[in-house]
This record gives sequence, C-alpha cells and structure tokens, in this order.
Amino acid sequence: MASNPKIIVIGGGLAGLAAVIKIAEMGGQVDLFSIVPVKRSHSVCAQGGINAAKNLKGEGDSTWQHFDDTIYGGDFLANQPPVKAMCEAAPGIIDLLDRMGVPFNRTPEGLLDFRRFGGTLYNRTAFAGATTGQQLLYALDEQVRRYESEGKVKKYEGWEFLSAVLDDRRVCRGICAMDLRTMEVRTIPADAVIICTGGIGAIFGKSTNSVVCTGSAQSALYQQGCYYANGEFIQVHPTSIPGEDKLRLMSESARGEGGRVWVPKTPGDKRDPKSIPQNERWYFLEEWYPKYGNLVPRDVATRAIHKVVYEHGLGIDGKPMVYLDLTHIDRKVLDRKLEGILEIYEKFVGDDPRDTPMKIFPGMHYTMGGLWVDFKQATNIAGIFAAGECEYQYHGANRLGANSLVSCIYGGFVAGPESVRYARNASATAANGCFEAERKRQEDINAALMKADGNENPFLLWRELGELMTKDCTVIRYNKNLQATDVKLVELLERYRRVNLSDRTQWANTTVVFTRQLYNMLQLARVIAQGACMRDESRGAHYKPDFPDRDDRNWLKTTKATFAPDADEPRFELEPVDVSLIQPRPRKY
Amino acid sequence: MANNKTVLIKIKRQANPQSKSYWEEFALSWKPGMNVISSLMDIAANPVTRDGKPTAPITYDSNCLEEVCGSCAMLINGKARMACSALIDKLEQPIRLGPLSKFPVVRDLSVDRSVLFENLKSVKAWVPIDGSYDLGSGPRLTPEDQEAAYPLSRCISCCCCMEACPQFNESTGFVGAATISQVRLFNTHPTGKALKRERLAALMGDGGIQECGYAQNCVEVCPKDIPLTRSIAEVGGEVMKQAIGELFRR
Repeated sequence: MASNPKIIVIGGGLAGLAAVIKIAEMGGQVDLFSIVPVKRSHSVCAQGGINAAKNLKGEGDSTWQHFDDTIYGGDFLANQPPVKAMCEAAPGIIDLLDRMGVPFNRTPEGLLDFRRFGGTLYNRTAFAGATTGQQLLYALDEQVRRYESEGKVKKYEGWEFLSAVLDDRRVCRGICAMDLRTMEVRTIPADAVIICTGGIGAIFGKSTNSVVCTGSAQSALYQQGCYYANGEFIQVHPTSIPGEDKLRLMSESARGEGGRVWVPKTPGDKRDPKSIPQNERWYFLEEWYPKYGNLVPRDVATRAIHKVVYEHGLGIDGKPMVYLDLTHIDRKVLDRKLEGILEIYEKFVGDDPRDTPMKIFPGMHYTMGGLWVDFKQATNIAGIFAAGECEYQYHGANRLGANSLVSCIYGGFVAGPESVRYARNASATAANGCFEAERKRQEDINAALMKADGNENPFLLWRELGELMTKDCTVIRYNKNLQATDVKLVELLERYRRVNLSDRTQWANTTVVFTRQLYNMLQLARVIAQGACMRDESRGAHYKPDFPDRDDRNWLKTTKATFAPDADEPRFELEPVDVSLIQPRPRKY
Repeated sequence: MANNKTVLIKIKRQANPQSKSYWEEFALSWKPGMNVISSLMDIAANPVTRDGKPTAPITYDSNCLEEVCGSCAMLINGKARMACSALIDKLEQPIRLGPLSKFPVVRDLSVDRSVLFENLKSVKAWVPIDGSYDLGSGPRLTPEDQEAAYPLSRCISCCCCMEACPQFNESTGFVGAATISQVRLFNTHPTGKALKRERLAALMGDGGIQECGYAQNCVEVCPKDIPLTRSIAEVGGEVMKQAIGELFRR
C-alpha cells in the first residue's frame, strides 16, 4: 500500500511521542490525538529516573543483570524475550535522550550520574533532579514539535478517542473520536493505529495518576474485541501523600538517596518525630529485608507498610501513615537531587521534608496489566498496536521503579516502525460503510446520555467505584470480597443506566465526556476484579492471604480477558509465559 | 471529622467564547486538605449554587494535580496561579475563581493557551539532533551547566508569566517570558546552540523581546521559580549584539 502510510497515534505521553518520532523519521505521516496538549501528559509526573545498565559506577552492571532484576522483580510473569530486548536497548535510549538535551544530573567529570532504585543492588537509574519524566517528555515533545513544524505530524489536542473503526474483516481502518470543544464526533481513516493511552488510575478513584488516566480507550478496545491481559496486576506505590483530590506520589528516589522508612515503636506516640530517639524507632524494612533495606520492590514495601499499620497497629498517631525520613541527609544534596518532590510535599502538606520526616502511605499507582500485544506491539486486532502503560508486556506481576519510562520509550520505538511496516504490507480493500456505521453508533451513545433523565449523578457513581476497587482490589485480596466486588460492579452498571447529566449543552461539556469514560471504567473494573478472583495464588503485586505462595504449575500464565458482548462481561483464557531465557526461581528479597 | 464549616467560592462562568460571563456562588462543606481542584470536584458531584439553584459542573483544565503538567492555571482571588496547589485554608473567602484574562475563554475557567506552543515553534525550541538512531552518547556537561539548565527546563507552560505581564496583550503581540527563557535554555545547550542565530532573529521586531517593560511580574508569579528576568536580560543582550552585528554587515 502507501509507501508513506498515515498512522494515527492516540496519546502524547512518552510512548506516543516516541512512536511519532520513529514514524516521522521513516517518512510516515502522523495524526497525533490527545485529550490534553501533549506537553501536559501524565508522563510528566514520573519523578525518580529511568533505568539503563550503563555501568558507569564500576559495579559490573550489565544489561543481562537489568533483565534478570526486571524478570525477578516481576515474579516471572513477563514474557522474557521482549524484556531482554528492552534492557539491551535502554543504554542507547539514555544516550539519545541525552543528545536531545535532557538535563540529566552529572558526575564531576561531566558524565551521567546514576542512583539506586528499588529491586536492584546497582546504581542504574539516570535522573534529572526529581522530575525525570517531565524532562524526558519535554525532550520528546520538542522533537515532535520540530516534525510538526515540518508538516510531518498533525496534532489533534483536545480530542477524546471513542473507538476503533473496524471493517467487515475486523481490520482496523481508523478511529472514531470526539472534539472536546465542539462535541463533534468524527471518524478519521488511517493505515494503522497505535494506542498509547497510559494508565487506569481513575478506576480506583484516587490514585497517583493524572485526571486523564481513566483507561477508557483500553476498555473501549477491549469491548471491541482486543484482549486485555493481566488486568489483576495493580501496583500500589508504597509512598504517596494522601490528598482530597488525589494521592500525590513521593518518589522511590527519596529512598534511593538514603531515605528511611520507620514508625515509633510505641503505638500512638504523640511526640514530635525528631525528638523520638533512634532506639525507639522501628526501621521495619531494614530489619525485615537486610539486603535491600528500604529499596525492596514496591509490592514488598507496600505489604510491609500495611502490616505495620494494620497488624501491628503502629501507624503514626494511630492513623494509616508511616514516616519517610530524609532529615539525616545534607540539605544541599537533597536540593540537587530531589528538589522537585520535596517541593511537592512542601506545597501540598506545608512541612519542609528537609526538617521533618514526611508522612506517607501506599497509593494506587500503576497497572502492570493492559492491552495484550505480541512482540511487535500488535494487539490481536489487525492494524491496532499499543505501547506504554496501556499494554501489559514488560513488567510481569510487579514493575520495578524507573522501568516505566524505559518501557514507554522502548515500546513506542518498536510500535512506530512496526506499524509502518504493517501499513506498507497491508492490501487496500473497500471500507463498505464501516466509518458511517461507527460514527452513528458513537453519536447515538451521546444522544442517549443527553436525553437520560434518571437520578444517578455520574461523579457520585465514580466515587463509589473508586472506594470499592481500592478497598478490595488492591493490596490484600480475598475471594469472598472480590466476588462481592463484582456483584457491586454489576449493580453500578445497572445504576449507570439511570444516570442523569447535570450538563446537556453541546460545547465543552466535560460531564458527558466523563460519563462516557465512567462506563468504560466500570467494564474494565470487572476484568480486574474477576481476574484477581480467578488467580488463586500470590505473585508480585497480587497477594491473597488464602493462597500465600506462587503457584507456577497452575499460574505461570498470562490472563487474557475478552469481552463477551452477549453476556456483557469478560471471559478469560490463559496463555503460557515465555520463560525461555531465565528459569523461574523463588522470589526472596 | 464532624464539622459544619463551609467554604464560599464565587466562580466566573461563561458558556462559550461568544456568550457573556456571569458569576455563580457556591457553599461547600469544609474538609481538611481541600484545594481549589477538590472544590471543583465537589461541585461536579453536587452541582447546586449557594441559593439552591441546580447548575452545570464547572469546565476547567486540569490533569496531574501536582503542579507539573501546567494545566490548571486560573485567576484565584485575582492572582494567576495553579489551582491544584491553591490550598483552601490559605485563601481568603469568598474565594473568587476566574479564567486567565489574556487568553480566549473556551468555557468557564478553561482557556485556549495554544499561543505559547506556537511561540515555541517559531523560536525552534528544540535540540536539532541528526536522528533518533543510536549515535553514541551526548555532549559532556559540567554539573554547573546542568544546574543552570535544569531550572529553565522545568517550565510547565502554564502561562502565568504571560497573564501577569502588562506588556502581554493584543497591541504588542509580545511573546512573553516563558518563550524567551526557553530560547536561553536551548541557546546554551552544546548542540542546541546551532540554531542560536535563528532563535534570536525570531525575537527581534514587533512582539519580540524589546516589548518587555521590566515590570518583573513574570518572575513573581512563576510557580516554578524560574529565573525569568535573568533569562530576559541575557537573551536581550544577545539579541542586541546580533542586531548590531547585522547592522554592520549590511
């Protein structure tokens, strides 16, 4: 077909922009769709750094070691070949970002500086202060702006992806999207589509994710026939700052630079933390995990904090909080390496973490699961690719800190060229009215919502969804509660039919957009809850006290959910994991 | 925690770019740790004005809620700032929320700030690399140079500096501090400086750097404490030097 194919990229975070750069470089034409101006994408929130085994600290680090740490950290659930390829590509990605002008921190000699992160014993994490994601996103955004000014990229900012346009052979021919100002529903043809729509935090109500991270696009595609894989694997970050509107992340780099987690040994100790003597503090992570200390992987740290708070009853002042302490570290070092995150704590809590230990608690942070893709980042629907957090490929049952940025960029760098190759080989066939039909289907959904005159407020339904999912679908899981969760989700879907929009205007109507997203959140929530219920073992972030061990015989498997339209719920199948490179071994930190 | 404290918020609303604006007042029940965004979320969950009239939820821009995406800039008690980091307990009530006044209103508190992204295009705010394939490591940089570049690179494109600038208006067409500061960032980068002349040229003439009136409002409102006035002074000097040089070459 076209030698200069047109590719649609949905989402302008790191994965999306990485894909755009590769496509433009190969001579393809890109339409880039994003809800927000791409420079405001959620990737800006990543703080601590990006992993690459460049071995610049004389520690004997290697890409194989990075690969092994990632597979082991993910409790052997990830297919190994793509993870190995990612780890091998990582040092080159860092070099590229460096050439693009990312202001990475430097050593006195002027080389890239690296720090330690969770789940590894090596200094492998390159960083730009504590706003690494922001700096990386800007570097890619600038390169895309350059291509935009050369006419190779057309941006559609302020557009919401609604669905893929599939022809009678179920091949993707383009997308259906909505202009968030005019509310116009439009179909846009393309030779291939890449989904880079990030996380699903909104399903859990409050999370560390940005507002746009609803998982709506992934869910819409799942409902159109894409497999959704390993949905039950949800990362709860051990250190977040609870807030009214969201949970703000307190980066793992705080511990990478020497931060220590502790609680007073006396329950309800009301003393100022600085006045509590060392021997009356319990540094439980250091005691329980002497080798990795405060830098155990996130799932391990999160469960430890839960245990200390809920089983030992030692939360600060009896509340669900523990201290994350940086006060023993030199202020100048803190300013140079962590300023961005210290500023967040200062602004939103009002205390200076250089003087006072921070109060933190685990918060929903990341989904390891996502759209199923093959090693070329292709979903099971021809012409639809996916990269970044919205797909499932690189992190197994638990993601290591600072691996997300590298997986986003690497995934985009694979998806971009693969989509061009696919488009160049695809044969042209008639569309047979599939564009018209899809637009009509989506317009009808909008029209029905605008007319709906029930009594349910979508924002209140969403709060209920968030509380429900956070309570029983995160750190500790019991089958009885998961079954109850699914029953409740069906009830919420039932109540959704009686929704009533408080805004029926046809201009920049955020209520109708949110209500559409809510439906998709509810459908995807069922995949998470049912997947968690089904998996009777504990692996990585998925922990069931009734099944405390990993069960490789039955569950060294990828969960693949497919939407059964007639049943209006997920069906599951299992796929063996490719463990061809590293033999699974028990995970003990 | 039981309490019956209320939070009073007055919001300037506008249905679309053509229609007239009007104010609506809301009374919310106080909760610890509230900020302007969580208040707007509370209104969406119960969209009723203070006098009991049902209304539509407020349209506003937001995303990260950690003051790093730059979305939620608005006028809060008359001052341009980010709504996510505006804590209710630190604001005088009734809290007045309005859209940034120097950008076209889309609806309610949401405005169109695409002018900044267009400006970044016109000054070529990027490092002109040869390609994204593997070409080895980047240029060495001393820690001092990194520490000078990093604060400039933290600009979140919120446009508060432009809103606060008396010179940023339709009659001058001034590019504003954010763009000038990005010129400084890229002109000091070892590879980025290849486009230095073009960037400085883009800042000459109408709407260019000479429109700056040194009011210094920009640096005061910047939520990221970017040394904007220093950027303007440095880039201004470079523009002047280049302009004089060109004069003599003619």
